[in-house]
Amino acid sequence: MATTADHFEAHHEDHAHDADHKPGFFARWFMSTNHKDIGTLYLIFAIIAGIVGGAISGIMRWELAEPGLQVLNQVAPFFGADPTQMDQNLHMWNVFITAHGLIMVFFMVMPAMIGGFGNWFVPLMIGAPDMAFPRMNNISFWLTVAGFCSLLFSLFVPGGTGPGAGTGWTVYAPLSTTGSQGPAVDFAIFSLHLAGAGSILGATNFITTIFNMRAPGMTLHKMPLFVWSVLVTAFLLLLALPVLAAAITMLITDRNFGTTFFDPAGGGDPILYQHLFWFFGHPEVYIMILPGFGMISQIVSTFSRKPVFGYLGMAYAMVAIGVVGFVVWAHHMYTVGLDVNTKMYFTAATMVIAVPTGVKIFSWIATMWGGSIEFKSPMVWAIGMIFLFTVGGVTGVYLANGGVDDVVHDTYFVVAHFHYVLSMGAVFSLFAGFYYWFPKMSGKMHSELLAHLHFWGFFIGVNVIFFPQHFLGLQGMPRRYPDYADAYAYWNEISSIGYVIMAGSMIFFFINLVYAFTAGKKAADNPWGAGATTLEWSLSSPPPFHQFSTLPVIEDHHTAHDHLSDPKPA
Amino acid sequence: MKILGSLNGFHRIVASLAMAAMLAFGAQGAMAQDAADATAQIEQADPAAAADASSADVGPGSGGYTPMKPTEGKGMPVAKGIDVQPQYSPIGHQANALHIGLVWVMAIISIFVLALFVWVILKFNKRANPVPSKTSHNTLIEVVWTVVPALVLLGIAIPSIGLLSAQYKTPPKDAITIKATGYQWYWGYSYPDNGDFEVVSNMLTKEEADARGEPHQLAVDNRMVVPAGVPIRLQTTAADVIHSFAVPSLWFKLDAVPGRLNEKLLFIDEPGVYYGQCSELCGARHGYMPIAVEALPMDQYNAWVLAQGGTVAGAEDAAPAAAPAEDAAGAEAEAAPAAPAA
Repeated sequence: MATTADHFEAHHEDHAHDADHKPGFFARWFMSTNHKDIGTLYLIFAIIAGIVGGAISGIMRWELAEPGLQVLNQVAPFFGADPTQMDQNLHMWNVFITAHGLIMVFFMVMPAMIGGFGNWFVPLMIGAPDMAFPRMNNISFWLTVAGFCSLLFSLFVPGGTGPGAGTGWTVYAPLSTTGSQGPAVDFAIFSLHLAGAGSILGATNFITTIFNMRAPGMTLHKMPLFVWSVLVTAFLLLLALPVLAAAITMLITDRNFGTTFFDPAGGGDPILYQHLFWFFGHPEVYIMILPGFGMISQIVSTFSRKPVFGYLGMAYAMVAIGVVGFVVWAHHMYTVGLDVNTKMYFTAATMVIAVPTGVKIFSWIATMWGGSIEFKSPMVWAIGMIFLFTVGGVTGVYLANGGVDDVVHDTYFVVAHFHYVLSMGAVFSLFAGFYYWFPKMSGKMHSELLAHLHFWGFFIGVNVIFFPQHFLGLQGMPRRYPDYADAYAYWNEISSIGYVIMAGSMIFFFINLVYAFTAGKKAADNPWGAGATTLEWSLSSPPPFHQFSTLPVIEDHHTAHDHLSDPKPA
Repeated sequence: MKILGSLNGFHRIVASLAMAAMLAFGAQGAMAQDAADATAQIEQADPAAAADASSADVGPGSGGYTPMKPTEGKGMPVAKGIDVQPQYSPIGHQANALHIGLVWVMAIISIFVLALFVWVILKFNKRANPVPSKTSHNTLIEVVWTVVPALVLLGIAIPSIGLLSAQYKTPPKDAITIKATGYQWYWGYSYPDNGDFEVVSNMLTKEEADARGEPHQLAVDNRMVVPAGVPIRLQTTAADVIHSFAVPSLWFKLDAVPGRLNEKLLFIDEPGVYYGQCSELCGARHGYMPIAVEALPMDQYNAWVLAQGGTVAGAEDAAPAAAPAEDAAGAEAEAAPAAPAA
């Protein structure tokens, strides 16, 4: 954000030859200690997990395209289920919703946001040579991979009514304890242990890096907002994930070692599990979206050629969201039989979050206001994100009302709401970030045309998928249902058509990748012009294997938020 | 009441249209839905007439019980519907008013943000505005966009808290207690105030539902029969995993948790059949354990209770009849786990 890069541009030349000494293939990619390589590994991993999770949602939309059961019995044999057993087919449905949720949350969005873009750009943006603990960084990644393998393995072992864990991503007891015999649920839980451990290690790494390795002159209040967002996210991870770890460890002991934490027959309480899960689960949704907020801030500022409006407000809005995010968890449990005062408190507390979120939305628009906006691919994704996140945000305010929630709780309205904030909020941020930083990461330019086609297909597709789901939910269609009454057929069919549009648009994304790597133009150090002021744009594209051997010095005669430097005139 | 009803209807039309306009599809659905709503509102405005109409549906009163024919669009979802189902309980009416208000707030905020985007995109693109401004602060506007949303939220919170306190009103002493128990995968309804017999309720197959003229995936063999127009103390619990007892047209959802007894006041305005579905993931056949509530006038409810072998308050001598009824219910329970529709 705040740099006049001239200082270290001079040094750049004389360390470049050392900086590009790379280890051999195996050592580089399997024993990596380089933050950029680990970031790349995370991104590749997230894309693969996204394809798996997206394919599963395709099976789900295919089954839901019309009333009756048409698809599950065809798909079940691939997982070792007996398609002539109706219960096994229905169990398969629950396995799909579980796997889709877990994969998208833990193995797509989180690895891409924090592992991928966080690893790549936090050190670059603060002027650090690498992460604080490079080897721990490596084990964070491979724990995530191991977790994914454990989850995939769970699909093929018995899980009670059929193969796989059919508990939902929330793994509620007692369905996940006495309700699911067989090792599948154990493997699914263990996958969360592994991914969670990886995330905790990653979080400590980010906190240490950001607090200790900022370049001289880069005070906290001069840090780019993306770094702020990762810092807040890392604290959320550090505080929330141990609670999840405790809860799912108790599930494991309830399942296998005769404890009764969540079993009323032994004095336990199933609702206790929900409190523990959502104490993690609500901060988790901010873990998924906050880095996206950070990316959107960088992108909107870059393409408006203006500094971010209200920088301090933006940074502390994220801190506020993080703090308040820890005290609203029971709005996921409005129908469990909470006390009336409890429900009133959680209603009020939940609505409070809308205030800092609103500050962010308005500040983004104010950043664009008076700007000289270029509608490059990252910017259109960012604008799409802000608007769709707003729609998801207002339905969130609707759902915050504990009394109103009774009619839509656990219906497709909720499904629509959280896909607007995640499938549109988080995923649009990911694509915005991807197109923004792809030239920097790869050194090649992607096709703007293909990226725009991808945007429009995806934008129309996801809206056609998820907007009608509001109607289904208001009409009362419960979520996690493989079949439905005829009255719900119309909007379900439209929703499934939307999936086809969305999936079609992904073709442009993959063609674009192939195009960029085979025929893409060489990317300049700063392909985005005067608005791109953060430190990564002062390096070559791709950056040297090791950067900032001599630390850049951030001048302090400008403050971060009103400074607009031009390291490489376009 | 009539005026209120029609005013309500007007709000619904505007709100529904606003919602539909947001993505500009489904306008026809919106109109159809509003028409249905309007009819429902009129019915509601005259409970006596409605009660007459539906008691005609019930057929022979005291002697034999015939399941009531459901009314199309009442207590069930409608094709292409985009709004909440018409409500048949006082809580439903109160919540629905807040729902309409919230839909307005959501629509206005979304359209406002969209309008800002359109303005910014047209006015501040590179061609229209080649030189960007350097503004990055404006304390006044930052205070405004913090305080105004907070006030809007306060405006929402007040009726919302009011709704919550209404929903948590304790049922009166003389309320009829009915206990809904979730099983994998069917519901059991027991009537402790009426001799404690249990009705076991399984989903009908598509063929059976079609034969009875009921919506499949919603229709059940034995409904939860309740009296209309009197307070009911509805308790929920579960025998195995967590289930959730939900009826959208009564604005009612309460989880059935093993080891807990949840309780909530339920008041149904008028006779009718009100469908719902299990709303907490409970295993393979989670989607195959619907709920059908049949509300009857008090005298017909009593007749139904007696027909089940239960007892009616003020007629204690009928008590011995409860014993065989329990056996019958037990026998039904054994036959219960029927296969879902293929």
